[in-house]
Amino acid sequence: MTPLNRIRNFSIVAHIDHGKSTLADRLIQSTNTVAERDMQAQLLDSMDIERERGITIKANTVRIDYTANDGLDYVLNLIDTPGHVDFAYEVSRSMRAVEGSLLVVDASQGVEAQTLANVYTAMEADHEIVPVLNKVDLPAAEPERIAEQIEDVIGIDASDACLISAKTGIGIPDVLEAIVKRLPPPHSGDPDAPLKAMLVDSWYDAYLGVVVLVRIMDGTLKKGDNIKMMQTDAKYSVDRIGVFRPQMENVQELGPGEIGFITAQIKQVRDTKVGDTITHEKKGATEALPGFQPSQPVVFCGLFPVDSAQFEDLREAIEKLALNDASFSYEMETSAALGFGFRCGFLGLLHLEVIRDRVEREYNIDLITTAPSVIYHIYQRDGTKHELHNPADMPDPSTIDHLEEPRIKATILVPDEYLGDVLKLCQDRRGIQLDLTYAGARAMVVYDLPLNEVVFDFYDRLKSVTKGYASFDYSMEGYREDNLVKMSILVNDEPVDALSTMVHRDRAEMRGRAMVEKLKDLIPRHMFKIPIQAAIGGKVIARETLSAMRKDVTAKCYGGDASRKKKLLEKQKAGKKKMRQFGKVDIPQEAFISALKMDN
Amino acid sequence: MTEDWQAGGFGLYVHWPFCEAKCPYCDFNSHVVKHIDQTRWANALAAEVLRVSSQTPGRLLRSIFFGGGTPSLMLPETVATILNAAQTHWTWANDIEITLEANPNSVEANRFRGFAEAGINRVSLGIQSLRDNDLRRLGRLHSAKEAQRAFDIAQNTFGRVSFDLIYARQDQTLDDWKIELSEALAMAGDHLSLYQLTVEHGTAFWDRQNAGKLRGLPGEDLAADMYDLTQDLCGAAGMPAYEVSNHAAPGSESRHNLIYWNYGDYAGVGPGAHGRLTLGGQKYANSAWLQPGAWLKSVETGSGDEINSKLSVKDQASEYLMMGLRVTDGIDTARLHKMCDNLSLDTTVDRLLELGLMFRSQDRIGVTQQGRLVLNAVIAELLPD
Ligand SMILES: Nc1nc2c(ncn2[C@@H]2O[C@H](COP(=O)(O)OP(=O)(O)O)[C@@H](O)[C@H]2O)c(=O)[nH]1
Ligand SMILES: C[S@@+](CC[C@H](N)C(=O)[O-])C[C@H]1O[C@@H](n2cnc3c(N)ncnc32)[C@H](O)[C@@H]1O
Ligand code: SF4
Ligand SMILES: [Mg+2]
Repeated sequence: MTPLNRIRNFSIVAHIDHGKSTLADRLIQSTNTVAERDMQAQLLDSMDIERERGITIKANTVRIDYTANDGLDYVLNLIDTPGHVDFAYEVSRSMRAVEGSLLVVDASQGVEAQTLANVYTAMEADHEIVPVLNKVDLPAAEPERIAEQIEDVIGIDASDACLISAKTGIGIPDVLEAIVKRLPPPHSGDPDAPLKAMLVDSWYDAYLGVVVLVRIMDGTLKKGDNIKMMQTDAKYSVDRIGVFRPQMENVQELGPGEIGFITAQIKQVRDTKVGDTITHEKKGATEALPGFQPSQPVVFCGLFPVDSAQFEDLREAIEKLALNDASFSYEMETSAALGFGFRCGFLGLLHLEVIRDRVEREYNIDLITTAPSVIYHIYQRDGTKHELHNPADMPDPSTIDHLEEPRIKATILVPDEYLGDVLKLCQDRRGIQLDLTYAGARAMVVYDLPLNEVVFDFYDRLKSVTKGYASFDYSMEGYREDNLVKMSILVNDEPVDALSTMVHRDRAEMRGRAMVEKLKDLIPRHMFKIPIQAAIGGKVIARETLSAMRKDVTAKCYGGDASRKKKLLEKQKAGKKKMRQFGKVDIPQEAFISALKMDN
Repeated sequence: MTEDWQAGGFGLYVHWPFCEAKCPYCDFNSHVVKHIDQTRWANALAAEVLRVSSQTPGRLLRSIFFGGGTPSLMLPETVATILNAAQTHWTWANDIEITLEANPNSVEANRFRGFAEAGINRVSLGIQSLRDNDLRRLGRLHSAKEAQRAFDIAQNTFGRVSFDLIYARQDQTLDDWKIELSEALAMAGDHLSLYQLTVEHGTAFWDRQNAGKLRGLPGEDLAADMYDLTQDLCGAAGMPAYEVSNHAAPGSESRHNLIYWNYGDYAGVGPGAHGRLTLGGQKYANSAWLQPGAWLKSVETGSGDEINSKLSVKDQASEYLMMGLRVTDGIDTARLHKMCDNLSLDTTVDRLLELGLMFRSQDRIGVTQQGRLVLNAVIAELLPD
């Protein structure tokens, strides 16, 4: 067991691309935690999708042995937290498991929205914070100016920030020393007290089953111990205990202040709740650690197989993914037009896309994703209150007293020159401006926005109107009443449930027009003309007509063309199978999402 | 018992894979070479004719077609050698049609007499356009005047003359086409092939289009209008369409092409040529080696075929649908069902009838003029899974 004063537990907080993963790699490498030849760039981001998108989805962790300049051996535990707003709750839990943070800021970019969001989470967790200015190797780096900006905007002392290049290795020894000298050891912890271990994260491992990442607060956890999850009251026997270097390495026990993993024949990740307290079954703690909160999906959509014969494959895929991701919910859904599928709940849109991508790629199932929706609160005339997860389930409007929708507080940092466009975007999305301040040449605007206006393509639009220079973060702010209606889309006079959305009454015409115009482009011409309409109740508010296909014929076809042409026509026929039929109309899979994207 | 192919008849296709220059829109198996050993090619093509005809001895041959490439680059003696071979095992129909595709250049026109003497009785001239400017854009080596002259010589030499035009060209308006087509109809004999320009994969036009440099091609609506106009003008001139792109005075249809579209049997000889032959009650599809050099070597060591495979009943039904619906007469439903009995097209045909895209009579189904314009979509609906 390592004495408390030789342990430093920390996380790295940064805006995306400021170098968090590169720095983590560098720290691991410089302390020989991994043999040089095993080093692959961005060791901690392991999932393909994470690598591709350069984001961290699950918290990863590594234990580093370090001999400091004072000649003493230390154990440094790094928890690499998810970097995206969708996973804000996971971030805050991981932060509670450590005592300090390295605040990494790209010295050529400066403070961004996620820098702020994450550093505030760290401050809420009472972290000691060491500012680290990265990428000083770049000619555009301005460490002095950025240090000042950190002091101005965040309000922490940045005079002795570490100046580093995670890429070239400059300054890495200083960072290691700063971790030891400036970050505190775990505050307290009694190895003989009743066990209190925080469940920081858990995931499914193909060989080991469910692996649980824990931080010991009090007491000692050993192999063979009988343990209990305080939230769920589930009981297990610990069959393996160890640490990450970053590969798993078994240890005898974990004591106060230490971070490691256990396995305990836990069947599914669902049985573990991030933030829960683990204690011993006998003589356990009586009080759980504070701050537990079950994770809550906020965005819902339907996932249906394009080929209805693949429903069972989809069920299997979703069940498997759910084993490894307790934060996404699912239940079976049937739709008149789409057949059997699942209504799934996600932490946010990125989370939705990650799950959808994994189903498509890892399980080879083409999906139709229906319009994402948030949870509305319906207050009915009879005094009852319901949650609405799917616009298709909207009750008869005459029975409704009023509707409430979730709102968020969005923080956007943007160079001055794009401020006008950003304000217009927020205004168009029914935003209410809460604050507007300047940090150097960047403006910081805070808006109260309806989540449903953001959930879909707000971030894409923001990136495009600011040429990628804006950064964005948000937090949930509760519910508020507004004039909301269900808008249906009719294709060839038949309503297509999967395209129903909830919209604000004042924006319905505009949204309706945009959607029918989009659909007119997305649906291929058929052999007959197709009316496309948007309607509220029985009232049509927008209409377009997709004219009939006029020409699709091969000019020359002689003896030698029979075989070649057959291949082409078979392809054409197979192409139709990638679409779903609604009445007589084939709608391509991508139409369901693309139709909702707004160009302004 | 009669075999299915007899409903379409039997013909021979001979492929000549050489051209003077490669046209930028053309995806035919055509090659530009410095020197052609005509004797060697004549012998090889004749050997293939003998090989195939010995498998189908005694068949009644209705048509022979020399296609390309540019078959008018063949020497008349080469043509004669091949025709000679085609008489060894097959019986020629009394009214056999023997067509040769010719480019309307002066050099080739000078050979027309020789071709006629060798036995050619029909030519199909690749005039492509009556406008010099457009001929240049199509990469053609002849002028409109030369084409006219070649056509006149052909008229005086052969019993039947047809010519090809390519329309829906760059910057062509509906009016431009109306005038050009009227001129073409005024000069035409009894047959015309009118093809809308198709930008084919693997051609120079394809690359140009991908680079955004092939401008001014008509959109779907203008192309459809041009097609409709073509049907009207040709119909009024007594040369209605009998197939998607082919027009003839009634009775003057190309017998050879009707063998393809009525899904008869045909032998294919020459590089890249395809054949459909029923042997022992089973229909086979074969295709020859594509590259002239590879084909020649292969023939000289036995056979020019690269692939020869059995066609399943489903494949045959698909091919009959694909080919047969191109002709205005449509297809024989009893024949289709005999070919493949578990085909259930009725509900699909009903739907297409309702849309005015198909017709159905006692014993045939077919595609209307409106349906012909979207024939690929119609066929895709009808093809068996
Ligand atoms: N020039 C330079 N590039 C760096 C440095 N650190 C990271 N990068 C690059 O910045 C990009 C983002 O780094 P990454 O570690 O993935 O950022 P993360 O999103 O915060 O994890 C990558 O292309 C890195 O190679 C640095 O010190 N100098
Ligand atoms: C085998 S080709 C050409 C025969 C001859 N070598 C010639 O060029 O005149 C037969 C006909 O197909 C037509 N054709 C070839 N490529 C075409 C294309 N890309 N689009 C439309 N028609 C085409 C031309 O009208 C051509 O005359
Ligand atoms: S269009 Fe005719 S001449 Fe031109 S390359 Fe093709 S086959 Fe040869
Ligand atoms: Mg990263």
